[in-house]
Amino acid sequence: MKALFKLIWVEFKLYIRQPQAAFFSLVFPLLLLFMFGSIYGNKSTPFFGGHGMVDVSTPAYIAIIMGSTGLMSISIIVSTYRERGVLRRFRAAPLRPTAIIGSQVAVNFVMTLAGALILVAGAVLAYRMRFAGSVGAVFAGFTLSTLSFFAIGFVVASVSRTSRVAQILAMLLYFPNIFLSGATVPKEIFPPALRLISKAVPMTYVVDLLQGLWFGSPWAKHVTEVAVLAALLVVGVILSAKTFRWE
Amino acid sequence: MTEAIAVKALRKNYGGLTAVDGISFDVRPGEIFGVVGPNGAGKTTTIECLEGMRVPSAGVLSILGLNPQRDGYALRERIGVQLQQSSLPDDLKVWEALDLFASYYRKPAPWEPLLEELGIADKREARFAKLSGGQKQRLFIALALVNDPELVFLDELTTGLDPHARRAMWNLVQGIRGRGKTVFLTTHYMEEAEHLCDRVMIIDHGRIVALNTPGNLVANLRAETRIIFTAGAGYDPEPLRAVEGVTRVERSGGKVTVAGRGDRLVILVVNALDAAGVRIRSLRTEQPNLDDVFMAMTEDKTEARGGAR
Repeated sequence: MKALFKLIWVEFKLYIRQPQAAFFSLVFPLLLLFMFGSIYGNKSTPFFGGHGMVDVSTPAYIAIIMGSTGLMSISIIVSTYRERGVLRRFRAAPLRPTAIIGSQVAVNFVMTLAGALILVAGAVLAYRMRFAGSVGAVFAGFTLSTLSFFAIGFVVASVSRTSRVAQILAMLLYFPNIFLSGATVPKEIFPPALRLISKAVPMTYVVDLLQGLWFGSPWAKHVTEVAVLAALLVVGVILSAKTFRWE
Repeated sequence: MTEAIAVKALRKNYGGLTAVDGISFDVRPGEIFGVVGPNGAGKTTTIECLEGMRVPSAGVLSILGLNPQRDGYALRERIGVQLQQSSLPDDLKVWEALDLFASYYRKPAPWEPLLEELGIADKREARFAKLSGGQKQRLFIALALVNDPELVFLDELTTGLDPHARRAMWNLVQGIRGRGKTVFLTTHYMEEAEHLCDRVMIIDHGRIVALNTPGNLVANLRAETRIIFTAGAGYDPEPLRAVEGVTRVERSGGKVTVAGRGDRLVILVVNALDAAGVRIRSLRTEQPNLDDVFMAMTEDKTEARGGAR
């Protein structure tokens, strides 16, 4: 336990020392908010079911943060550690793989949450963002979604032979996810074909779940999203446990 | 006291390739035991099997009385490991690395004195990526000592270090042994093995070709002593062949090499030169050393074989 807490603290400091990772999880979503917010404002419109652009975009941008921490940070950090022999060095000390995975989950979860809170603060202060859901429900949906994306990140790290491959795979997952899921551009403007494609993208289910919970829609209406994300999580955990390699 | 390391018929195959081919040896508590061999001879595979980093294909290993596979975590509590290929996160500071690794062990040693002892106290706040090769190596030794281990494994500790840093490393290793610890190291510098090790095991093609003290290895080789000097252009060294013990006389330019055996070889040759009134310059002798033992006992197939797996 002592090792896990120390490792979490160290990994936290290392995360902060890596400006690009901190940028994508903490600053980039805020830039998106201000860019689209300055174009469309946050007026209620029937187009968004009576909500404003910022109201529906805020939970969607939170999904983008999960893409950056889960798909990018986790896969790149873990694969780089393996490629460079950091994992070997850890293993030669009596460190268990669960401590390595646990520390990455803890640090990236906190960073995802921090990014989400900064985004919400920006949306409330600059655009009077409206929230009609329960904080507990949104946090539960946030946690499920975040962990599912982390699981994908660990699988990417495991299947990539080098950190370069992990980086490319992470990009190949990240961009379709943030653009085809309605996370960046609302699905409301998608043509039917694109809507169909969006069903194949995991982040779509995060966006749908978080947007629904954001405005107080009950869990019963989100069985599909919860099922897909839970399945992703379970499969991801099993796959990454099976494929975890020290070197 | 029981052996620190007992190895019986250790074998390791990678696919169809046999890296370690059934070797057996013991390491006594408190000794510095060195493994030397050409690239690809199986040094790193051997040390990593002992550390529990690799699973042997066959053989019985007892490290401090433990089985490295079955009792991996218990063993790692008690050993220190410096790996040939390993790294730390670029932005990790020296003190953070020690503090972190100390937390991995149940009974860590205080790490502040280690910084002093290893001469990296002034690098306390430096990030890993900013350290020189020697400083990184010192940090890795500090990490290997942070649990106050009974047995320390050092894999090619001084590869890539300059001669100064290498000498400093040797002192460190002797210091580790001085604290009553057993040291198991691999090296490809014969000078290092000769200087540091109580016993040296030479391996080639995954097999032991010799295991003894450096002194005995050299003595058993019964190698020739060489006398090398420079003489004037008109000098003919052929008469030296008649000197007792001389086996070979060669001349290239002004440089003459006389090789032979016997305790009195050097005196006899010098006397013969003096008697003949030869003016010689810069005479030196080369005693056989571990290098000669190594060259005699291992095949040079470095080019044909792969890296240090």
